[in-house]
Amino acid sequence: MQKFSAWSLLKEAFGSHLGWKSQWRRAAPKAEYDAVIVGGGGHGLGAAYYLAAEHGLTNIAVVEKGWIGGGNTGRNTTIIRSNYLFDESAALYDHSLKLWEDLSQVLNYNTMFSPRGVMMLAHTVHDIQVIKRHVHANRGNGVDNAWLTPEEAKAFCPILNIEKNIRYPVLGAALQRRGGTARHDTVAWGYARAADALGVDIIENCEVTGIRRDASGAVEGLDTTRGVIRTRKVGVSAAGHTSVVLGFAGVKLPLESFPLQALVSEPVKPLMPCVVMSNTIHAYMSQSDKGELVIGAGTDAYNSYTQRGALHINTHTLEAICELFPMVRRLKMLRNWGGIVDVTPDRSPIIAKTPVKGLYVNCGWGTGGFKATPGSAHVFAHTIARDEPHPINAPFTIERFRDGQLIDEAAAAAVAH
Amino acid sequence: MLIIDCPYCGPRPELEFAHGGQAHIARPADPSQTTDDEWTEYLYLRVNTKGVYAERWRHARGCGRFFNALRDTTTDQFLATYRSGEKPPVGSAARSAP
Repeated sequence: MQKFSAWSLLKEAFGSHLGWKSQWRRAAPKAEYDAVIVGGGGHGLGAAYYLAAEHGLTNIAVVEKGWIGGGNTGRNTTIIRSNYLFDESAALYDHSLKLWEDLSQVLNYNTMFSPRGVMMLAHTVHDIQVIKRHVHANRGNGVDNAWLTPEEAKAFCPILNIEKNIRYPVLGAALQRRGGTARHDTVAWGYARAADALGVDIIENCEVTGIRRDASGAVEGLDTTRGVIRTRKVGVSAAGHTSVVLGFAGVKLPLESFPLQALVSEPVKPLMPCVVMSNTIHAYMSQSDKGELVIGAGTDAYNSYTQRGALHINTHTLEAICELFPMVRRLKMLRNWGGIVDVTPDRSPIIAKTPVKGLYVNCGWGTGGFKATPGSAHVFAHTIARDEPHPINAPFTIERFRDGQLIDEAAAAAVAH
Repeated sequence: MLIIDCPYCGPRPELEFAHGGQAHIARPADPSQTTDDEWTEYLYLRVNTKGVYAERWRHARGCGRFFNALRDTTTDQFLATYRSGEKPPVGSAARSAP
């Protein structure tokens, strides 16, 4: 691996930047691997990296139907936070946030992690109660989160409208200062480059079409569009298509796939120093380093695999954005797009073994999986390598639905989050 | 925005409707004899079909009634709508969306 440093930059500058090499090999599938990860997004590539780096499994591959980072990793609004209500969630998301903090150094790849603060707005008395409950629960779990008055919120984000005459006035906010954003593509690329350097094969344009099983029912390989790959361990990290992939092994999951949309404005000078989210009126916004305002909209009401959503969903979000941030009213929107997210009934993920021996799944991240990329990948790798969950993902099983052990962030937040 | 053909009222914009999830899920007839796995299946497990999917809709801001629809989840094209209690139209599941 070609190491990035001030020295290498200087050296290549003198060589007219002609000496840079490809960041990872264009691998073709081998006949057999010790483990195969299905899905080349951040979660899958990260799992491959940690399998190689921490568990010594280097004869492994990541197979990706399209190009790496082309799914939800490249389609999200890059918000990172860990202020979830329940102990299980706080442990998982804060594990991830801690990994974010030095990820650029660990991978030698600039993920542009920017802990600029994530502010969540309260607009009703119910919101105030819910958000204060979150603040107290977070602080009990060692996760930073603070309650702000509307004036304090405006001091932190000056473009916020705290006038009393809007439909849902800002009555207060919670601020997680360690939260922020990162550049989404770099997460996939950084993990891919680091995993490749450890010998992991990253195989693009390779769609899984079947899961092969032996007489005992255990996994023995994958059918793909680039031939059969023999392996005893398969980790599925396929986001919105998890139901389809696990369907090949006859495993039915508590998942439904929905299109989730995001959009960006034309680029403007820096005007927004943090991330602002409002669950109640469903709008969130931050500003990218390029200057575009990155805006997250909601999911469609019905499940679908179309990777596009209805326009009225965006309209709804933009109406809220215009009321919260009046100065952006005349900005033009540049692009909008959709991704397919897999949603569980309790809005918490599943990172677990499945009833099929050798088949593992990391799914159900719904509308908020980007923030969890490093932590999820880290504990998923542990689960695959040891054939048992890491203590952090032990509660995130499929069986929790049967056993009534839901981690009900859906009810806790009262909306998708 | 989808145009949905309510079997009682005719075609109306999607905003008048509420989505009701997967269709034809029957509540277990004898709850006391139902196992945990059967409850899980009924409450939580969904087919999440990529392709032609039978689902419920409710014309919430219209007649208020539930009905069923067949929709291709790869295109969002409706193949048929039919009243609750009726079986999916014969052959419609095999019809491919244009």
